[in-house]
Amino acid sequence: MYRYDDYDRALVTERVAQYRDQLQRNLAGELSDDEFRPLRLQNGLYIQRHAPMLRIAVPYGMLSSTQLRKLASIGRRYDRGYGHFSTRQNMQFNWPKLEDTADILAELATVEMHAIQTSGNCIRNITTDPFAGVAPDEIVDPRPYCEVLRQWSTFHPEFAFLPRKFKIAVSGTLEDRAVTYAHDVGLQLYRGQTGEVLVRVIVGGGMGRTPILGSVIHDALPWKHLPTYLDAVLRVYNRYGRRDNAYKARIKILVKAIGAEEFARQVDAEWQLERDGIATVTQAELDRAAAAFTDPDAPERPSTDAAFDAAVAADKAFARWVSRCVRAHKRPGYRSVTLSLKPTGVAPGDITSDQMDAVADMADRYSFGELRVTHEQNVVLSDVALADLHRLWQEARSHGLATPNIGLLTDIICCPGGDFCSLANAKSIPIAQAIQEAFDDLDYLYDIGELELNISGCMNSCGHHHVGHIGILGVDKAGSEWYQVSIGGAQGNTTSLAEVIGPSFAAEEVPAVVKTLIETYVEARTPEERFLDTVRRVGMAPFKSRVYGETTKNAEAAHG
Amino acid sequence: MADLIRGNALVADDWTWVRLPESSEPVRKSAGKVVLFKLTGEPAAPEDVIAACEVPAGKVLLPLSVWLKRRDELAVRADAGEIGVWLDSHEEPAELAESLGDNLNRLPVIGVNFPKFIDGRGFSTAFLLRTRYGYRNELRALGDVLRDQMFFFHRCGFDAYLLRADQKPERCIAALRDFTTPYQTSTDGLPPVFRRRVGLGAPA
Ligand code: SF4
Repeated sequence: MYRYDDYDRALVTERVAQYRDQLQRNLAGELSDDEFRPLRLQNGLYIQRHAPMLRIAVPYGMLSSTQLRKLASIGRRYDRGYGHFSTRQNMQFNWPKLEDTADILAELATVEMHAIQTSGNCIRNITTDPFAGVAPDEIVDPRPYCEVLRQWSTFHPEFAFLPRKFKIAVSGTLEDRAVTYAHDVGLQLYRGQTGEVLVRVIVGGGMGRTPILGSVIHDALPWKHLPTYLDAVLRVYNRYGRRDNAYKARIKILVKAIGAEEFARQVDAEWQLERDGIATVTQAELDRAAAAFTDPDAPERPSTDAAFDAAVAADKAFARWVSRCVRAHKRPGYRSVTLSLKPTGVAPGDITSDQMDAVADMADRYSFGELRVTHEQNVVLSDVALADLHRLWQEARSHGLATPNIGLLTDIICCPGGDFCSLANAKSIPIAQAIQEAFDDLDYLYDIGELELNISGCMNSCGHHHVGHIGILGVDKAGSEWYQVSIGGAQGNTTSLAEVIGPSFAAEEVPAVVKTLIETYVEARTPEERFLDTVRRVGMAPFKSRVYGETTKNAEAAHG
Repeated sequence: MADLIRGNALVADDWTWVRLPESSEPVRKSAGKVVLFKLTGEPAAPEDVIAACEVPAGKVLLPLSVWLKRRDELAVRADAGEIGVWLDSHEEPAELAESLGDNLNRLPVIGVNFPKFIDGRGFSTAFLLRTRYGYRNELRALGDVLRDQMFFFHRCGFDAYLLRADQKPERCIAALRDFTTPYQTSTDGLPPVFRRRVGLGAPA
C-alpha cells in the first residue's frame, strides 16, 4: 500500500500544527465558533449531539494493520472503546473531547493518517472499489489513480471553499462497485483499443434532497490529464455553483440548470488553459504510485484445497459463511473475505477496539497486513489463501465478525442518524436493529436472497437510501419521527434511484412493512429473481397495495 | 484600521478602497439560464448609485461597475497610475480585461473581494487573472481576509492582503508559510510534488 515519503509526512505534520493553533485560538476565545467551524470541518471535526465527532480519512478505503491498531488505541484512550466505519470508507469516533482532538491528530500522523478534508465544503476523501487489485473482473487497478488524485486534491489552494462538499469515486472494473453515477464526479477507468488507460468522466450525480444520476461529460479522457481536467470541472463549479442556498449548491444542480452538454463545453474551454501543462501527470509518477500497490509477495498456491472442500461439505455454518462472505480472487488459491460488521444488535459499521485489534492480527496472519473498508460498512481481507479460510472463519467468529449476511437483507447500510447526528430527522440505528431482529432466521434470510437495505436519518442520504433495493428515510412530521420507504434503487452497472411507495410510517411499523414487502416479493418472484428484479418486472403497484391494504386493515381492526 | 501586507511585510496603504453603498434592491433569485445563474443573489448596482459614487483624490481602488461606466472620465488618472479596480466575488475578470483592451497590466492594482471567507470564488478569480489574463502587478485580497486562508491566497496569485480589522498581521505573515511543500502546482510556479520526486522540476 502507499507509504508516505518526506513530502507527505511534512504536510501532515504541518497540518497538525496548523490545526492545533486553530483549536487553541478557539478555546482561548480568539477565533469565534462561527469561524472555527469551516476550519474544523476541513479537519473532520463536527460538533454533534453529545460530543464532537471526529472523522478520520481512510484514503480509498485502504488500511494497514498498524493503522488499525492505532485506531483501536485511539478508540480506547479518547473514545468509549469503539469506532464506526462510515459509508465513505472513513472511520468516525463519536465521543472524543474537543480539547483532545489535536493530540489525536498528532497520534494519527505517526501512522501516516489524518482527518484532512473528511468534511466541509471541499474535495472529500476519494472512494473506490474495496476489491481493487484483487477482483477478477478488474480492467484497471484504480488505486494508483486514486493516490495521484489524493495528492492533487489535498489542500488544493483554489478549491478549499467550494459552494458545497465534493465527492469523487473511481472504479476500474466491469461491474461498478464504487457508485460512480451517484457522485459529484465519478471516474470509470477502462482500456482503449491499444490498451491505454482512458477515463469516462461522469459529473453531477448525487443523492441528498435531489437524487440524480450523473452525466458523462468526457467519454475517453487519457489518464494523464486527470488533474488538469478536474481543475477545469472544479473551477466552473467553484465560480458558478449556487451559494445562496445550501440545498441547491451541489454540482448536480448547476449541471442540471445549464445542461450536461453546456457544462461539458464550459469545462472543455476552461481545460485549454492548463491542458498539457506542468500538472499533467507523468508516467514516472504513475509508476511510482503503482509501485505502492503491487501484489503482495504471495506464494503460488494450488487452485483447489481438499481440506477446504471437506470443511465446506462437513460444516453447514462454514459453508454459509463461505457462500456469503468469500469472493473470487484474481490469483488461483486465494480469496477475498468480507468480515461483517452487521451482526444483529450492533449499529451497522460499529467496531470495538478489541475487534480492531483482532482484525489487525488476522490481517497480519492471513492477508499480508492489509485490509480495506467498504462503503457498505464492512471490512475486507483481500488476499487470503483458500487453505486458511477455515481457521480465519473460526477466529473471526470468536470475535463476532463472521455473521454470514454479506449482501443479504440484514447487511444494512445505515447512517449514524438521530442517536448521534445533529442534522437527523429521525433515528436510524434502532430501525436497523429492529429489522435485523425481525429477520434473524438465517434460512429465511437466505431464501430471500440478495437484498440491499439502506437507511438514512435525513435527506443528506449518508445511508445511501436512494440506491437501496429497499430504502428507508427518516422524516420529520410535526416534530415526531417518521419513515418513508422506497423500493427499486440499485448501485452497480444498473444504478437506479428508488421510488417512494407512499405515506410514511411510525418507527414501530417499519419492520412489519419490510416483512410485507418481502412476502410480496416471495410470492411474485420467479426462481431466478432477486427482490430488485421482481420490483423491476412487476412494478410498484403490488407492493404498494399489499403494504397499504394491510396497514388500512390493521388500523380498521384496531379501531373496530 | 485594517493592516496591509504586501509580499510578506506589513506596509502603509496608500490606496483608498472605494465601495458602493449597500444596495437596497431585493436580492434576485433566479436560476436556469447560464447568465442569471451566475448572478444568483447578486444585484447589480443601479446607474444612479454608480454615477453618484464619489471618487476621492489620490490612488483609488474602484468597484468594477464604476470603472466600466466612467472610464472615459477616469482615463487621465488611470494613465497616471492612480486607478486600481476591484472585483466582487461574482464579477468576471473577462469584463475587466475587455475594458482594458486585454492588457490588465495597465492597472497597478487589482483587488478581489471576499464578502465572506467561506465564499471561495475569489481564489479562482485570482488564478485566472494570473494565468489566462497574464496579470503581473499587485493583486490584493479584500474583505474577509483571515489568517487561515493566507496560504491559499498566496498560492492562487495574491501578493497583497488587506486584513480584516481583527487580524494580527505578524501571525498572518507567518501563516503564509503554513506548509513547506504543497502537492499541486498553482500560480506560484511551484512544480507539483510528483515532478520534484523524480527530479524533473525546479531544483529544490
Ligand atoms: S443522513 Fe442525515 S442523519 Fe444520517 S448521518 Fe447523514 S446527515 Fe446525519
